[in-house]
Amino acid sequence: MLEASALTCIKGDRILFRGLTHVFRPGVLTRVAGPNGVGKTSLLRLLCGLAQPDEGEVRWQGAPLRGQTDVWHRAVFFHGHLPAVHELLSPRENLRSLAAVQGLPHDAAAIDAALGELGLARQRDLPVRVLSAGQRRRVALARLILAQERPVWILDEPFTALDAAAVASLARRIAARVRDGATVVLTTHQDVEFACSCETLEPGRFAPRRKAA
Amino acid sequence: MGAVFAAMLRREMALAWRGRTEVLLALSFFVVVVCLFPFGIGPEANQLRSIAPGVVWVTALLASLLALPRLFEHDLRDGTLEQLLLSPEPAVLWVLAKVAVHWLVSGVPVALFAPLLAGLYDLQPDVLPLLAGTLLLGSPTLTLIGAIGAALTLGVRSGAVLLALLVLPLAVPVLIFGAGAVEAALGGVSYAAHLALLGAGMLAAVALAPWACVAALRLAVQ
Repeated sequence: MLEASALTCIKGDRILFRGLTHVFRPGVLTRVAGPNGVGKTSLLRLLCGLAQPDEGEVRWQGAPLRGQTDVWHRAVFFHGHLPAVHELLSPRENLRSLAAVQGLPHDAAAIDAALGELGLARQRDLPVRVLSAGQRRRVALARLILAQERPVWILDEPFTALDAAAVASLARRIAARVRDGATVVLTTHQDVEFACSCETLEPGRFAPRRKAA
Repeated sequence: MGAVFAAMLRREMALAWRGRTEVLLALSFFVVVVCLFPFGIGPEANQLRSIAPGVVWVTALLASLLALPRLFEHDLRDGTLEQLLLSPEPAVLWVLAKVAVHWLVSGVPVALFAPLLAGLYDLQPDVLPLLAGTLLLGSPTLTLIGAIGAALTLGVRSGAVLLALLVLPLAVPVLIFGAGAVEAALGGVSYAAHLALLGAGMLAAVALAPWACVAALRLAVQ
């Protein structure tokens, strides 16, 4: 189980949220919501351990992330708002190298299957430079298929630049994964319906009240 | 573990090959600058011979700085760096692979070209293998120290200048022993101690620098 315990995040001299406590239960999709700048991305980065909270801690299976990073990194899949796709490499090469480093399946069959599912079978050997923005997002999302077995998905704006059909199919995939018992935390500004149990977490509710002058 | 290193090595080699104009840039800089000195100093053979090791080494050091700012920059901008840092294996593995390829495409060509340019300085042919050897032995240390600097200045405005200011003082010992070995050989004395110190420096850098790099990279993605 993934738990956030009394997290505080300070950016510059502004406190984004303080004392944010939440239990991310398996089999539930948590939607991190709120307007721009309330700390949604910051929260996701704290959860996956890329950033350290100013106070509090994130726990996985009851123990803090620090001290078990290898176990945690084998459990989590993070999809950032940056695609992590290099323009000079082909989709295949991009997937193979990152999947190998992250301990995901990286044999040719798995990679071709993942690219095929996202409709990139014909583009798999072209340099990413010649692909459209949406296709680049799909290359990044193909890693999600390779990470199918991971129990925790943390997804920052996974629907950006996707067409309607791709949004629907990704939402179905996420919902199916949640029903299988995965923990999914995501942010999105789009109206997407998920056929699974959902809850909403608003980091803005943990923002300190502005003091009266 | 080996899979991480191999996968990263393969990726970086492919990228180095596709971005080979950038690789040629550092080498061309080295060739042009080494060629400039004889024009500026004049054709006095004894003088040229005595400055040759120092000039070649200083130029090699400056050339190694040219490509360093880009070592991690692209990975930071496109989000690859944060994904790499989420690897379950120790991060030093892929850092070492990146640095190794960087050295292979920046340090090795310079070391191989240096003896070809030594004709301009009237160096005796028998010290040319030693010149290339000291560069091969010293440049990994320069690349590793530079990688720490590149990781520390990642995402900093005018990071390239800061990087040079950070790295150049640390490179002084390598410069002293590298150029010193060739000067010792020219003077007819033993240069074994110089080589031993260069080698020791390289081993220490291989053992320590990747850890420092990883720590700096974690700060950069915060």
